Amino acid sequence: MRALAALLKELAGLFVDDGSLALAVLVWLALVALLDQLASAGWDGAVLFLGIAALLGENTRRAARRR
Amino acid sequence: MLASLPHAAPTVLAAFLASLVEFVEALTVVLAVGVTRGWRPALLGTALGLLLLLLLVALLGPALALVPLGALQLVVGTLLLLFGLRWLRKAVLRAAGIIPLHDERAAFASETAALGGAGMRRAWDILGVATAFKIVVLEGLEVVFIVIAVGAAGGLLLPASLGAVAALIAVVALGAALHRPLAQVPENALKLVVGVLLSAFGTFWAGEGIGIRWPGADWAALALVAGFAATAAFSIAACRPRPAAALERGD
Repeated sequence: MRALAALLKELAGLFVDDGSLALAVLVWLALVALLDQLASAGWDGAVLFLGIAALLGENTRRAARRR
Repeated sequence: MLASLPHAAPTVLAAFLASLVEFVEALTVVLAVGVTRGWRPALLGTALGLLLLLLLVALLGPALALVPLGALQLVVGTLLLLFGLRWLRKAVLRAAGIIPLHDERAAFASETAALGGAGMRRAWDILGVATAFKIVVLEGLEVVFIVIAVGAAGGLLLPASLGAVAALIAVVALGAALHRPLAQVPENALKLVVGVLLSAFGTFWAGEGIGIRWPGADWAALALVAGFAATAAFSIAACRPRPAAALERGD
């Protein structure tokens, strides 16, 4: 059981290093999906990228300030 | 055909570079097992790990064909985006000097010390086999995921697999020839490049999965690569501690 828990933790660790960044990206993806459903426009892709880039930039700056 | 070129080449490159990094890390531990516990457990653990990975691929591969493309793009794209951002975040912090660089020599020394001090060797050394098995399975799982993620959503599973196999051959050949960790491989720079590529692919596929029609179709993936590269460069500059001299001058 402990080995299974360790394996699951290792698997989750493949995708999540900083939980707040992962959660923020998922929320942003959901918001852009909603936006796309309400009013599909040619700039949805740019909005998706810019949001993710801003989240990454803010997260790394925050991590740098903490250390 | 021309439309597939923009993401066919980056797919092979991403699979090759990402697999190269993973195989280099696995090789370091397998070498440490070989040097401290003997080559029989090192090679047996490696073979068992590869067997398990092949079984997983044989089971998962056909199942992927049953998943609708939109769902596959959304799930795989989202996982790839999270996976790529994890690499990119760490690479940015390493390049900015916030966290220490990964050093294969140090990893080899630490693994050798731990294995060398642990119990006596026997004909069938369980610790040695288990250590080699674990690292091959863990790093191999990442390679399997990368190949599936960068290949499956775009129908480029074969080119992605070839990229990973080329990386495996290169690392095994170099490891067999040198018998020491491949510390000369610029692992941290590679992780930055791979983080950029995987984040771009992940954004592209996740976007397609939620219904986004990218301007320029496949060419948008290249624009995303450029965008994430610029984001990484900007983040590294923003995270770098300012030199004390500049602070004193009030710059």
